Amino acid sequence: MQYITTIGLEVHVQLKTQSKMFCSCPVGFGDEPNKNTCPTCLGLPGALPVLNRGAIERTVLAGIMLGCETPPISKWDRKNYFYPDMPKNYQISQFDLPLCLGGGVLLYDHCYPKDAQKDIEESGKEIGLTRIHLEEDVAKSTHSSNGTSIDFNRAGTPLMEIVSEPEITSPEEAFAYLNSLRQILIYGDLSDADMEKGQMRCDVNVSVRPDSQEELGVKIELKNMNSVSAVRRALHYEISRQIRVVKEGGELVQSTRRWDDDIGETQQMRIKEDAHDYRYFPDPDLLPVKTEDVIKKMRLQVPELPHQKAKRFVRDFSVSEYDASVLSSDRDLALYFEETANESEAKKKVANWVINNVLAVLNERDLKVAQCPVSPSKLALIIKMVESGKISNNQAKEIFAVLFDNPDKDPDAIITELGFEPADSNLIESIVEEVVSNNPEKVKEIQEGNDKLINWLTGQVMKASKGKANPKIIGDLLRKKIL
Amino acid sequence: MSTSLASLTIRQLQNELKTGHISPVDIVNDVIESINNKDSEVGAYLSINAEEAIKSAKDADTSKPLGGIPISIKDLINVEGQPCSCGSKILKDSYVSTYDATVIKKLKEAGAIPLGRVNMDEFAMGSSTENSGIQITKNPWDLKRIPGGSSGGSAASVANDTAIASLGSDTGGSIRQPSSFCGTVGLKPSYGRVSRYGLVAFASSLDQIGPVTKTSEDAAIILNAIAGKDPLDSTSLDSDVPNYLESMNGEIKGLRIGMPKEYFTDGINPEVLSSIHKGIETLRELGAEIIDISLPHTEFAVSTYYIIATAEASANLARFDAVRYGNRVSDPTNIIEHYRKSRAQGFGEEVKRRIILGTYVLSSGYNDAYYVKAQKVRTLIRNDFTKAFEKVDVIVSPTAPTPAFKIGEMCNDPLQMYLADIFTIAANLAGICGISTPCGFATEDADNRLPIGLQILGPALQESTILKVSDAFEKATDWHKQRP
Ligand SMILES: [Zn+2]
Repeated sequence: MQYITTIGLEVHVQLKTQSKMFCSCPVGFGDEPNKNTCPTCLGLPGALPVLNRGAIERTVLAGIMLGCETPPISKWDRKNYFYPDMPKNYQISQFDLPLCLGGGVLLYDHCYPKDAQKDIEESGKEIGLTRIHLEEDVAKSTHSSNGTSIDFNRAGTPLMEIVSEPEITSPEEAFAYLNSLRQILIYGDLSDADMEKGQMRCDVNVSVRPDSQEELGVKIELKNMNSVSAVRRALHYEISRQIRVVKEGGELVQSTRRWDDDIGETQQMRIKEDAHDYRYFPDPDLLPVKTEDVIKKMRLQVPELPHQKAKRFVRDFSVSEYDASVLSSDRDLALYFEETANESEAKKKVANWVINNVLAVLNERDLKVAQCPVSPSKLALIIKMVESGKISNNQAKEIFAVLFDNPDKDPDAIITELGFEPADSNLIESIVEEVVSNNPEKVKEIQEGNDKLINWLTGQVMKASKGKANPKIIGDLLRKKIL
Repeated sequence: MSTSLASLTIRQLQNELKTGHISPVDIVNDVIESINNKDSEVGAYLSINAEEAIKSAKDADTSKPLGGIPISIKDLINVEGQPCSCGSKILKDSYVSTYDATVIKKLKEAGAIPLGRVNMDEFAMGSSTENSGIQITKNPWDLKRIPGGSSGGSAASVANDTAIASLGSDTGGSIRQPSSFCGTVGLKPSYGRVSRYGLVAFASSLDQIGPVTKTSEDAAIILNAIAGKDPLDSTSLDSDVPNYLESMNGEIKGLRIGMPKEYFTDGINPEVLSSIHKGIETLRELGAEIIDISLPHTEFAVSTYYIIATAEASANLARFDAVRYGNRVSDPTNIIEHYRKSRAQGFGEEVKRRIILGTYVLSSGYNDAYYVKAQKVRTLIRNDFTKAFEKVDVIVSPTAPTPAFKIGEMCNDPLQMYLADIFTIAANLAGICGISTPCGFATEDADNRLPIGLQILGPALQESTILKVSDAFEKATDWHKQRP
C-alpha cells in the first residue's frame, strides 16, 4: 500500500525594521539583556501599543511579492495565553482580518536539497498560502539549574506569520518551500530569514493516509526544528513513524511533537485536549488599518523576483535555465552577474565564470557575494582578455586570484608581473600537429561531421601546453588542420 | 490665614497667587497639613509624596495655567517614582512607576504638582471603593457611608478639602458617581479626548481619565491641560482642543435639554428624584428648553457593559502575573502554580469575579452569544444617543439612583451594586462625555446631609457644551459650595 503525505507549514519571520512592532525600542540582537525595553514591550501597567507602519508596509510588500490579496481593512486581536516570555500574557496578533490572504510560493529547482535536485517530482510547483499576518515576538527564556531568565530585548519584534495550505507532499518540497520563501524575503529586504539565528522559525503540520483514502490523516504538529535541513530530517522521521504506526494497526492522535535533532526523533509534547482556547478578541487599544494607501505605496517598491530575473537572464543574456536559476538565487549574486554581463560581449562566459570561479573563491574564503573585492568591470575585462586570446583561462584564474587580494591592481600590470606571455605559436602548432597525428580515428569522426570532438582535441592540446595556450586559438588551428 | 488654602478652588488659588500674598509652597503645605489633620478618618490617601511636592512647589512657575497647583492622583495613573498599586494587594509595595502617564506629563508641563495617591476600588472595579485591597475610604459627609467608586479617593479627597482637585478615571461612572455621592464636580471626557497612556487599563474601550473638582470652572482648567491627541495612545482623537473656559458665560438660553424617559423610572430614591426635578427647573428658568426624549436601548446597558468591560479586563489584568513585578507567593512548585497562587492571593473577590466572567464570555463557544452580541447592542446604544442629540444639545438625568449607601450595605449583592452605575454606564458605551454637578441633598439620615448629583451628558467632543451648562447651573445655585 502506498501512503500519501500532507504537509502544511507555519513560518514565523522576524521583519527587518528599525524599531519594534508596538513601541520605539530598537530591534537589535546581541545587546545586553533587557536593554532594548520600555513600558510597552515590558507590559508595564498602563503602557499602550502604537503600530509600526514600517512593519505593516513590509508585510504588505511580502504579500504583493507572493501574490496575496490585502483586504481593505485589517485589524488587531489579542491572543490570550499565559507564558513568562509574554509580558502582557496576551499577544497582539491578527485573527480574522490579516494583512494578506491567498497567494503562493513557487518552488525553485535550485532550492531543493542538492541530492534531490535530479528527481524533482513536479518542477515549477507552487504551494498556496492561506494567509500572512503580523504579530509581536515574545521574549527569550533561558533555562538553567538556578531557574529561568527572561530577556525582553526580543519581545515586541515584528513577526510575520506565513501559513501555507496543506499542499506540500514530501520533506524535499518542504525544504524547497522554506528556501524559496527565504529567497523571496531576502529579495524584498524584508528579513534575513536565517533559521539558525531564529529570524525564521517553522512549525510543521504533517499527516499520512493510505492512497485509497480520501480524507486527510491525523494531523500532527512538529516543533523545534532549527534549520531547513532539520525540517527535512524531522519530516522523514515523522512520516516513517506515522506510516509504521498505521501499518501496525495503531492509532495516531492529534498532537504536538518536539523534534530532537541530536537523537533524531520526535517526542510527544501534548495532545489536542490540552490545546489552548486563545479567546481572540479585537484589541481595543489599536484601530483597524486601512490598507489602500499602503498597497499603493508598496506596489511601487516591488523588486524583481528570482524567477522573473532568471527568465530575463535566459532571454537577454542567453544563459542556460539552470545557470539563470543559480545566478538569481541570491540577490547580490544576480546583481554582480548582471553588472559584469552588461560590460561584456560574452554573456554566457560571464555566467560560467561567476558560477564556477567567483563563487568557488568566495566559498573558499567564506565570503558573501557582496563582499567580493573584484569589481564586475575588472572581471569583465579579464573575460575579454580570454576571449581575444590574449590569455588562457587558467591564466585568467590566476589574475583573478591576485586581484582578489589586490583589487586596485590593473589586470595588464598583473599579466606583466606574472610573466604571462602569449604562448609560443610555433610550439602550439607543433603540439596541435602531434595531437592530430596521434588521434586519427577522432580526426576521421570530426571530418565526418562530429564537430563536438574538436573540444576533446582542444583539451588534449591544452593539457600538453600545460594550460598556457588559448582554447579559442587552438580550436581555430585544429579546424584549419583537419577540415 | 483663617481658612486653609486646601479648601479653595483652583481659580481662587490662582487669584491669590496673582496677588503675591501666597506662594505654591503655602498651598502645598496647607494641603499636606489638611491631609494630616483630616484624612485619617476618611482614608482617601494611600500615600503622600510630601517632600517631593514641596520641592516642586519651590520651583513652580505660577505663570503657567496650573502653576503651583497640587492635584491628588487616583492610584491607577502612573507617576514616575511613585507607587501605582491600583488599590490592589498584588501591586502594593511591589511596583513603582518608571514613567509618567501622558496626563501627568501634561499636568506637570502646565505647572501642576501631583500630590498623593488616592484610594479606589481595586483596578477600578466597583462603585463604593470598598473593593480596595488596601483600605476603606469613607464619605466625608457621613463616615458610616461609602464615597462611591471607583474614584472614591478622588471625590473624598476633594470633598474633604484635603485636595484642591483630583484626577480620576471613569469606565462606567467611576468619576461621576463618587462625585454625586461626595458633592463634587466630576467630568468624564469623551472617549479619546484624553490620552489613556499610563492609565492602568480596566476596560480599554471604556476607560477615560477626567478631573474631580470643586467647580466646573476648575474641571475646564484641568481639561484644558490634559486633553488632546497623544501619539502614544492610538485611540486618542486628533481633534482641536478648544479653550473650555471660553464657553462658560452662564448663558444657556435656548439650549435644548433632553430628559430621557428611560432614566426617570421607578426605583429612583424620591429625594434624588425631587432634587433632579428642581435642578431641571433651574435650567428651565435659565432659559433652556426641556424636551422629552427616549433612549430605547437603555435597559440593555448594564448587561452589555458587564460583558464588554469584563472581557477586556480579563486580558488587561493578565499581565499581573507576579513575574516581572507584583507580589508573588514564595513556594510555587511550577509556573502554573506560581500564576494561580500569586493571583489568588493578590486579587480581591470582585476582581476575580470579573476576570472569570470576562474569560467566560470570550471562550470558544460562548464568544458569539455574549461578546459579539454585546458589541452589536453597544452599537444600538450608541445610535440611541446619536439620534437623541439630533433633537437636543445635552441630556440630563440623576447621576445615581440613590445617595451614598452605608458601608457594607451592598457588599454581598454585586448585582445591586452594579445598578448604582445604571445612569452613567451608557455614556461610556457610547463614548460621549458627561459631568456630574451637585444639585441638592438627601436628608433621609437625620444626622447628615447626603449630596445628590445632576448628570449632564453631551455628544462626543462637546465637553464645552456640558461644561457651559454645569457652570451656568453652579452660577445659579450654591450646592457645590457646601462642605461637610
Ligand atoms: Zn519597547
